[in-house]
Amino acid sequence: MNTGAIKPSTLITLYTDMVRIRTIEEALAQKVTAGEIKCPVHLYSGQEAAAAGVCHALKKTDYVYGNHRSHGYYIAKGGDIPSFIAELYGKETGCSYGRGGSMHIIDLNVNVMGTSAMIAGTIPLAVGTALGIQLKNKKDVVVSFFGDSAAEEGTFYESLNFASIHSLPIIFVVENNLYAQHMHILERKSHDRIADIGTHFRIPFSIIDGNDVGIVYQAAMDAVHRVRAREGPAIIECLTYRLRGHVGAIDKVSGTSITDIRDIKEIEYWKKHDPISVFHKKYAKVCALDQTKIISIQNKIDTELNKAFDFAHTSPYPKSSTLTHYVYA
Amino acid sequence: MSTHKRILRYDQAITEATFECMERDPNVFIIGQGVKSPWYVGSTTKGIQDKFGVTRLIDTPVSENAILGTGIGASLIGLRPIIVFPRMDFMMYAMEQLADELNNIHYMFGGAMTAPVVVRSIINRGGEQAAQHSQALHAFFAHLPGIKVVMPASAYDAKGLLVAAIEDENPVMYIDDRWLYDISDSVPKEHYTVPIGKARIRTKGNDITVVAVSYLVPEAIHASEILAKDGINIEVIDPRTIKPLDTKTIICSVKKTGRLIIADVGWKDFGISGEISSQVHEMAFKYLKTPIVRIALPNTPAPMSKTLENKYYPRYTDIINAARALLT
Repeated sequence: MNTGAIKPSTLITLYTDMVRIRTIEEALAQKVTAGEIKCPVHLYSGQEAAAAGVCHALKKTDYVYGNHRSHGYYIAKGGDIPSFIAELYGKETGCSYGRGGSMHIIDLNVNVMGTSAMIAGTIPLAVGTALGIQLKNKKDVVVSFFGDSAAEEGTFYESLNFASIHSLPIIFVVENNLYAQHMHILERKSHDRIADIGTHFRIPFSIIDGNDVGIVYQAAMDAVHRVRAREGPAIIECLTYRLRGHVGAIDKVSGTSITDIRDIKEIEYWKKHDPISVFHKKYAKVCALDQTKIISIQNKIDTELNKAFDFAHTSPYPKSSTLTHYVYA
Repeated sequence: MSTHKRILRYDQAITEATFECMERDPNVFIIGQGVKSPWYVGSTTKGIQDKFGVTRLIDTPVSENAILGTGIGASLIGLRPIIVFPRMDFMMYAMEQLADELNNIHYMFGGAMTAPVVVRSIINRGGEQAAQHSQALHAFFAHLPGIKVVMPASAYDAKGLLVAAIEDENPVMYIDDRWLYDISDSVPKEHYTVPIGKARIRTKGNDITVVAVSYLVPEAIHASEILAKDGINIEVIDPRTIKPLDTKTIICSVKKTGRLIIADVGWKDFGISGEISSQVHEMAFKYLKTPIVRIALPNTPAPMSKTLENKYYPRYTDIINAARALLT
């Protein structure tokens, strides 16, 4: 993958988005631990390169679908941050009006379609949106993000098949973070890769270092180019790792490891190879990311995030009299 | 039954029943997502893998339809799987196997095949988990001919019904409720079963019959204690089995009280509260002094925000208010 051609300004944008995601996720971890946020929160820390790299290869009008661990796509696609934070607090000003919480976020201004808690739930929805684009003769692209365990559901294969026979404008992005809750991928599959199923469906695929944002961005640019040109679907498998536990902040990172069965050495290894560390090693010089720049980026993000938390805190809860609203259109 | 009083928690009772059945019958095994996880399913299967090995406790890929089908297939040659779905909502992936294969398999071959499986799924609601992590779909399952549905609301019944379900020759949906995991009561150590299809009268009373399901059973009992201070005596009936429903016990009580409140943990529309109400109308209409009152979830998916959640789920106070209103 030729990452040398990526412009320094693009690299800075990718870096900024990864830091924005990490900052938000780790702030949320604290709020979850403190009991301020009570809904189930599946943190994205460690997988930032996938969301940032893929979403920056897209236009604002392109569509993104996600799952229970979708904060990264929402943020990288440009989703509104204050209403996202407010949603996690169950506030009326939340992006789903306090009805959905962390697993059900949405921002149609940037075509982040509503996310689902069901492992493979949005894969066929993404295919359907791609079909709609084709029927309407539009040029948009759909990205379906999902995790490695989604490839254990039949609907994944059914969706690949349908997308392939109709040459739909969709990119299947599987974030292989090795774990489905407590189970390692090799306990669930006979090998630890997903995307090579593309061979069977005649869908071009790439299996890449999902923690290298330059590689992800380049792979996504290539795929978007082909898909937008109506050459049919693509699959990108990002090999990555979630630093946090499956849900919440009860994990080995915080020292409360009741449900985190992963080897601490494995976590330590991936911490050294996380997307932000990889970026510093590989791209900092290319894009002149010095200490001053790092601090100024971080400060800007912190300010923006503090405002979002203030907005969430001061927003009202939904009135209980509105319980049965939104059941029907 | 033993006179020995031993107190167990609901989840411990499930674990004990599982152990006991696996010891008694080598054909019993567990298959499902998260059965060896440190999460709550794991708490009801604790120690099983150590004792019985990985061949009898199989944690699975995230493939609900295939895993349910696999369990059914094993049962067709004499095995007795307990197929576990740690969160009922995810079971919807397995609907083809449940609502096309499992429910029909005995009937459509004229009884030539039986599928003695236990499909154990867990209702895990509340805690701002929102619409896809909160659903109580027992009425949906009970709609299907060929399947039995049990919902224990005490530790005693949790054990006795699970043993009965495993020993039953038919498919049994065993639905346990996370909100009941912390309750404790007397559970005999030895083997016993709670008959499927038999309700249990939890409190005696002459004024109002209250049929309550799952977590609403302890809520109804709590309501009965408060109402008793006002001189209102409600008869709390726990059906324990949703299908086949013990209509006889309910009718018998309604004939005595002339009033009925049904408290269900599922949606009110087209749910089991409507079914129970209908059966009482058919069989005991002339004994009713007042219209039947139903307490159940509104026709709304589970909300996330706590202000909405608090209103969404019925509590003992709803039963108290309904009972008082019926008698004024």
